[in-house]
Amino acid sequence: MTNLLEAKGLHAAYGETRVLHGIDFAVRQGGVTALLGANGAGKTTTLRAICGLVRTTGNVTLDGKRIEGMATEDIVRLGVAHVPEGRGTFMELTVEENMRLGAYTRPARETTADFEHMFEYFPRLKERYKQQAGTLSGGEQQMLAIVRALVLRPRLLLLDEPSFGLAPLIVQEIFRILARIRQDAGVSILLVEQNASIALEFAEDAYVLETGRIVMAGSSADISKDEGIRRSYLGY
Amino acid sequence: MLAGVIHQIMSGIATGGIYASVALALVMIYQATHHVNFAQGEMATFSTYIALTFINAGFPYWIAFLAAVVVSFAIGVAIERVLMRPLANAPILASVGVFVGLLLIVNSLSGWFFDYTIKQFPTPFPDRPMMGGYLSGHELGSTAVTLVVLLSVYLFFRHTRLGLAMRAAAFNPTSSRLVGVRVGWMLALGWGLAAGIGAVAGCMVAPIVFLDPNMMSGILLYAFAGALLGGIDNPLGAVLGGFAVGIIENLGGAYVVGTELKLTLALAIIVTVLTIKPTGLMGRKVYSRV
Repeated sequence: MTNLLEAKGLHAAYGETRVLHGIDFAVRQGGVTALLGANGAGKTTTLRAICGLVRTTGNVTLDGKRIEGMATEDIVRLGVAHVPEGRGTFMELTVEENMRLGAYTRPARETTADFEHMFEYFPRLKERYKQQAGTLSGGEQQMLAIVRALVLRPRLLLLDEPSFGLAPLIVQEIFRILARIRQDAGVSILLVEQNASIALEFAEDAYVLETGRIVMAGSSADISKDEGIRRSYLGY
Repeated sequence: MLAGVIHQIMSGIATGGIYASVALALVMIYQATHHVNFAQGEMATFSTYIALTFINAGFPYWIAFLAAVVVSFAIGVAIERVLMRPLANAPILASVGVFVGLLLIVNSLSGWFFDYTIKQFPTPFPDRPMMGGYLSGHELGSTAVTLVVLLSVYLFFRHTRLGLAMRAAAFNPTSSRLVGVRVGWMLALGWGLAAGIGAVAGCMVAPIVFLDPNMMSGILLYAFAGALLGGIDNPLGAVLGGFAVGIIENLGGAYVVGTELKLTLALAIIVTVLTIKPTGLMGRKVYSRV
């Protein structure tokens, strides 16, 4: 299987503070890769680096095309959708407007069918369609963030802690739906999670980050079997 | 007495429309950048000179008017791209400094290109009393123009894809970029629109106050009072605030403080709002969790 996304020697910094110290990783075509690690390991920064939201050096290729140094808006147009940390909801706008913005780069006439399709996965958003997005619960906002990313019809979906701040039952529901979406849409996923057990169950490949360096890479199965890694980095 | 009050309220609405337009221009830039564009008034004055130049060159009024709006839009876009873009992450005082500098530069350019003498500016509307003598032809016409502009701006932001993208870029730039909105261009467009609205306001007020490089300085103050009164982050509030200030100014000037102290009313409104209710009557309170 070929790689959709490849990063080589990726560095990233916020001003003077270096966060990533040259990491290599890949996401396979149609695959799910998990990035694990403690708080401050650089997981979120890695996603931001792929999207050009933070100053980076190194190589990032999407389907063989170099994307590092490109403007975020152009990377998005190549089919990279990012569900950001904290969900990035447009609080002041309605659910409908949030969804329309997700489909901003696509022709308007194609979006109606897509929206209907999304309501099959997330019927609750249909009930809330005209409501102000800031009034949604955390779980609903997470669903909205995923929908906003999916209506862009991405090839690569970057998910930043979809479980953050949500009740375990809601987290399970969201991952169940993500598994369905993955099968239906054939989208490749790079998943950042603190909740390692749920991430390793969902992903085929995984990387463990510690303070900006990759300390282990392999299949999810191997990583979950590794007692040492599990205790030191994944905390379960 | 009653007829006099009605007359004052009606012409208050007419001037209030001008304040409302300028207030809207201020709010549009404030929402996107969290800065008040002190140069908004001087830019509008400059736009009015552009219209006058076209009129003097022999173009029909409405063509000159339209040309002034279009040229002003382009100037607004250019100012954002050239002057404001490098300041995106600058400290607040640097931005304020640039706004004040812009005010002085545009003011001097108006004087330099078009000289400082007070000029007459034509009105396209019939010069006779209307609505049973309560309003002049120009007051009625300019109110209509203002309402058309405000309504179009509203429809643009509510019902077009670009309008939605501009609002999104103002509320949440990072999320906007992540859905592919070109945030930098949205800011530039916002400046262009604000400058275009200012041009309309300038052309509508110039026949009343006459055109000179300082024409808009008082009006900017009233508009700022209106924007604050309604809520500096709420476009609808700012528009209603602009109309309210127009009415307050006219009634206050006629019955309470006299015409000499009218401008003081604007300052009084500004100080009162800032001390009692800084968010304005319709402003949003921003809560943040800690």
